[in-house]
Amino acid sequence: MSAYVAPLKDMKFAMRELAGLAEVGQLPGYEEATIETADAILEEASRFATQVLDPLNFSGDQEGSKWHDGSVTTPKGFKEAYRKYVEGGWGALPVSSAFGGQGLPRIVATPVEEMWCSGNMSFSLCPMLTQGALHAIELCGSEHLRSTFLPKMASGEWTGTMNLTEPQAGSDLALVRTRAVPEGDHYRITGQKIFITYGEHDFTDNIVHLVLARTPDAPEGVKGISLFIVPKFRVNADGSLGQRNEARCASIEHKLGIHASPTAVMVFESALGYLVGEENKGLAYMFIMMNAARFAVGLEGVSIAERAFQRALAYAKERVQGRDLAGGGSVPIIRHPDVRRMLMLMKSQTEAMRALAYVVAAAMDVGARHPDAKLRQQNQAFVDLMIPVVKGWSTETGIEVASLGVQVHGGMGFIEETGAAQHLRDARITTIYEGTTGIQANDLVGRKIAREGGATAKAWLAHLEAFDGELAKSGNADVQAIRAALAAGAKAVAESVDYIVANAGKDVMATFAGAVPFLKLMGIVAGGWQMARAALAAEKNLGSGDRAFLEAKLATARFYADQVMVQAPGLRDTVVKGSAAVMTVPDDAMLAA
Amino acid sequence: MKVLVSVKRVVDYNVKVRVKADGTGVETANVKMSMNPFDEIAIEEAVRLKEAGVVTEIVAVSAGLLACQETLRTALAIGADRAILVETDVELQPLAVAKLLKALCDKESPQIVILGKQAIDDDANQTGQMLAALLKWPQATFASKVKVENGKATVTREVDGGLETIALKLPAIITTDLRLNEPRYVTLPNIMKAKKKALENLKPDALGVDVKPRLQVLKVVEPAKRKAGIKVPDAKTLVEKLRNEAKVI
Repeated sequence: MSAYVAPLKDMKFAMRELAGLAEVGQLPGYEEATIETADAILEEASRFATQVLDPLNFSGDQEGSKWHDGSVTTPKGFKEAYRKYVEGGWGALPVSSAFGGQGLPRIVATPVEEMWCSGNMSFSLCPMLTQGALHAIELCGSEHLRSTFLPKMASGEWTGTMNLTEPQAGSDLALVRTRAVPEGDHYRITGQKIFITYGEHDFTDNIVHLVLARTPDAPEGVKGISLFIVPKFRVNADGSLGQRNEARCASIEHKLGIHASPTAVMVFESALGYLVGEENKGLAYMFIMMNAARFAVGLEGVSIAERAFQRALAYAKERVQGRDLAGGGSVPIIRHPDVRRMLMLMKSQTEAMRALAYVVAAAMDVGARHPDAKLRQQNQAFVDLMIPVVKGWSTETGIEVASLGVQVHGGMGFIEETGAAQHLRDARITTIYEGTTGIQANDLVGRKIAREGGATAKAWLAHLEAFDGELAKSGNADVQAIRAALAAGAKAVAESVDYIVANAGKDVMATFAGAVPFLKLMGIVAGGWQMARAALAAEKNLGSGDRAFLEAKLATARFYADQVMVQAPGLRDTVVKGSAAVMTVPDDAMLAA
Repeated sequence: MKVLVSVKRVVDYNVKVRVKADGTGVETANVKMSMNPFDEIAIEEAVRLKEAGVVTEIVAVSAGLLACQETLRTALAIGADRAILVETDVELQPLAVAKLLKALCDKESPQIVILGKQAIDDDANQTGQMLAALLKWPQATFASKVKVENGKATVTREVDGGLETIALKLPAIITTDLRLNEPRYVTLPNIMKAKKKALENLKPDALGVDVKPRLQVLKVVEPAKRKAGIKVPDAKTLVEKLRNEAKVI
């Protein structure tokens, strides 16, 4: 079975040439993020991902996490790997130095997180959830809560979870029923939460659950939800662990994928909890971190796509089957045009998704730290626009790429032992959790486009138009083909945005019926924009740089323009005039039985 | 006690090495480079000696292109205290490196120099031995166990017949074998700290060493492709072929 290799060349290219690592390193507080430091961090992270995490990926999937009498045992090797992760100090990478972190920017954290997830998605979810919980406490918690929980979470000694979902409250958190009754300086939490990733495990002494619950006199709906910290073990005043809290794992789920990651049913019975921030603002706090969480899941799409691509590539180079169509003897299947087409689809979309994710990561950094308020605001608006795109498009495409990975393997892809099937099963959750693709698309169409009359989207389209002028200067035939495809894609987006702005109010059903196709259109064109930028940078550096890599980059961008960007006008048609029959068949006539 | 450790920047062990089209050497442009694995073991051993309280300072040294600084930063992240690069773009051969290291030993007066037994690019396995000869210090090559106490090093060596344990008076040269230790994973805080540690840049002239190559490379070629094997009907034929055709028994 082929091993994971961190795609460091492509990562560094995307960081430097597309995301502007050097500019982020100039921002106040990010001076440590030099190119040399980022390189050193990436090198060591790739070692960890390839030598520690990747070797446990397949066995972790086969063995799965096991529940016994309230405890969870993770697969063989996971606990040891987590110990090494803590020793390496990796959890502290993006955390503020006030809580023992390294305070590095998103543009450095993102490729590192990509590697954890490519190496072992199930493992990577534990640090990912811990980061999310940590971020929430940092932004909204009192000084006391921060100093009690954050240093141990930054070091990785304790992990964090997010307890949102209940059986009746999935995408609609207004239906949350878990109760929180005040008692002195704390609350008593009672209720049941489901789908809690790493809600129970054997990695650490303590687990810090963040729980959404209602206080007794809270208003109905989302305005009455508060956020609480409920630790597995209470924490004494001196920081030592106290009594076991009544937060217990009732069982773990049997799932399609991510078998090594325990998905817990959590039962809280009058468990001691601490309010984070103020009462009834829980959902607002959740939304603050929602961007980070959704981005992280989008990155999972990139990670799984990369891993699935590498596995399919290794197999296609090795598997000899059939004769060369152009004449000659038996050849490895990578020589067959259709297999090559599949591999190029996998490669080009993965690189496009990576580039967009890194560009958005850098925009988060600029949005947070740039001295110029206007630039901060512009970058944050761009991030808000692109988060549902990175989340929705990268995960949908991640599944598509993982599925192509199975296809490249032929019959062997359907057999678990090649490892191709695991990626497809693991990828399948990414379009569901942290908001389904439908939820992302509704957010994009409703909040990010319609609500502001398409202002940010139009600013982005204006940027694309200016960029077209740069592409026009190139004498390279590939770049010109890419330019034409990007122009057609931008036009498709512009027409769709106009349609959404004009119709979201008066024909809401038709507009939202086209939400997911619009999200895909945005993803494909935003990815194509990055591939065009990559092509231009590659062409410019051909004389001085890594020729083989840059030529491949140019060809990959050309392939993307020819085979992926061409979908844009079709998606536009679906958005603008594809809704006529979406709602017309009566519910009872849907099944023709 | 001060320890000097030499580290070499080589083509990463995962890379499939290619010979340059003109046959003058191995392709290194745009190829992933990293620290010679035997040198990683050398640094790790020095750090363990420091952690055990035997050693007080670890100086990592490298010689070659400016890019060797990256390798030295890795050594600093593993735990070296400071680093010295002897910068040159001349192709360095073992004797030149040994002379540079001798000059650095004269300057730094370490009690122990730890080197990898060989580098995985040219596999010369000469620098440690040459350095010992130039310094007229005792040497323990191919170490699989090192103990330092009372001004003496006790080193277990991997030799053809098994293991051999010798005692050396310090100062001494030690070269590492694969089983000496398992290098640690570098931690993120140590990567960040490594940036702030001193890294001195010297030129060979400043050390009074002429690094001009003494050996001339005539041609570099890839090994011949392995031929397909044959099936033999029985063990007797196999023994016969090994004896008469392959002439190996």
